[in-house]
Amino acid sequence: MDTIACRKSFTKTLLELAREDKDIVAVTTDARGSVTLTDFAEQLPKQFIECGIAEQDGVGISAGLAHSGKKVFVCGPACFLVARSLEQVKVDVAYSQNPVKILGVSGGVAYGALGATHHSLHDIAVLRTFPGMQIVLPCDARQTAKLVRMLVDYPHPVYVRVGRNAVPDVYENDDFNFEFGKANMLLDGHDLTIIGTGETVYHAYQAGLMLKEKGINARVLDMASLKPCDTEAIKKAAAETGRILTVEEHSMFGGLGGIVTETISENPVPVRILGIPDENVVHGTPLEIFAHYGLDKDGIVKAALDFIK
Amino acid sequence: METKEIELQSEVNRKRLMEIVYHGKAGHIGGDLSCLNVLTALYFDVMKTFPHDITNPSRDRLVMSKGHCVEALYATLESKGYFDKTLTDTLGQFGSPLAGHPTIEVPGIEVNSGALGHGLSIGVGMSLAAKMDDKTYKTYVVMGDGEQGEGSIYEAAMAANQYHLDNLVAIIDRNGLQISGTTEQVMSLGDIRQRWEAFGWDVKDMNGDDMEDIIKTFHEIDYQNHAPHLLISHTTKGKGVSYMENKASWHHGVPTKEQYEEAIKEINQRIATLKTK
Repeated sequence: MDTIACRKSFTKTLLELAREDKDIVAVTTDARGSVTLTDFAEQLPKQFIECGIAEQDGVGISAGLAHSGKKVFVCGPACFLVARSLEQVKVDVAYSQNPVKILGVSGGVAYGALGATHHSLHDIAVLRTFPGMQIVLPCDARQTAKLVRMLVDYPHPVYVRVGRNAVPDVYENDDFNFEFGKANMLLDGHDLTIIGTGETVYHAYQAGLMLKEKGINARVLDMASLKPCDTEAIKKAAAETGRILTVEEHSMFGGLGGIVTETISENPVPVRILGIPDENVVHGTPLEIFAHYGLDKDGIVKAALDFIK
Repeated sequence: METKEIELQSEVNRKRLMEIVYHGKAGHIGGDLSCLNVLTALYFDVMKTFPHDITNPSRDRLVMSKGHCVEALYATLESKGYFDKTLTDTLGQFGSPLAGHPTIEVPGIEVNSGALGHGLSIGVGMSLAAKMDDKTYKTYVVMGDGEQGEGSIYEAAMAANQYHLDNLVAIIDRNGLQISGTTEQVMSLGDIRQRWEAFGWDVKDMNGDDMEDIIKTFHEIDYQNHAPHLLISHTTKGKGVSYMENKASWHHGVPTKEQYEEAIKEINQRIATLKTK
């Protein structure tokens, strides 16, 4: 089981691709270290744009570059990149249909004890309301690498959120399918469905395995692509398993849980949303925070057992 | 085109602008009128344009950062042949591609705008792309003076200097008024020249109400000086319609039938005079 941070997988793949394609441009906001773009900046300085600590400018410049035919990846800490520059994302990227790829790193609660200024628990809810904006949260290094290759020539704007720390592999080899708008079924079952996105997928999968030992067959879905979203997989899960438990490193409002609930609102089944409640997040390491809010394997198992009682 | 012909074209555009706003029943007419000369000069003299090949890679780019003055841009693009009068006449109608702010659904418009303080960053991106690809196109960004309150402009100003974007020209339509009053009452801009020179820009003042000075100033730009360019275009809000000039209340508004006719009469007189020159 490898443990590589998704941000490193992203930038390593991007550098490989950019060596062969001079139109690939990486833009950052004094975040080359935290994004892990230092190698890119050193090896391909002509394809690297530093904007300084200026997220609005970084996104606006990216829109202008993309409009001029560049394949732009604007990268920075998720907390600042899509909050400070929200209007640039809305107008210059989404509304103007400039296919900028926005990479928010250290998303969710990845910065742990640095506190709420550094958490990004709003991004899915906000960005999904922008027409034309797509949202993907890959769960591990292999899925991230596959995503980067898909993004280079993709003609629409996409927001990608990854974490900060090394994460265990969900996909043990490259032999898996990944498409925008398609969920991957990691486990099949009929007692309930557990849906994760991004780094919660690993915990959801582990919970599914533990539930199996207890005689409960959970279906586990990796919903990396949140917009477009695999609404068919959600409806099928509702019809075939009768209950859906969603797990996200995001506010309980407007994220994965909201998407699932909206999707089945005409033919509803019970949905339980695990996420961050409407409060300022406790201080601790990311795993401590996950455990506190029940987003880790044990918390998910506990919630699932309670749910199917 | 000779300067007096461009001056005449600007008056023809001004007349069309009044028609558009009057019949469309909406528009930011004050700022439309103050920036119209500059837009006419850009499209009829300064910029390399391809009205029938709008994505031509060697075209010069214009970003209308003061997007609320889109009616002046509509009048200019129409007269330059980007689209037909029948399209412009749909302004204000349900389902029209023409909105009260620029959208890319309209031929010749590069990016959607209307939220202030965005255009300069986009212009920096366009100029950077030109530099990366050794392309010679230029990028022009038209900003308002009230717009100078948006902090993102200064982020872009720093970046333009950092990357020596001498292929980028920003224009401030310095009409002195914003929606709530004079710029100095609302939020003082102080010495704009000094401010932008401190950011490393090549700054020129020009009389934006005088076509001769506009053309002369644009032609003085040195596109190889390793510094971005700012033109402070000193103008009159409501320029060319006497009862609108220097009135913040005409930031937006639609003239009555009598006011409209009076404006057209004034403009027609100037057109007649210019034609005899």
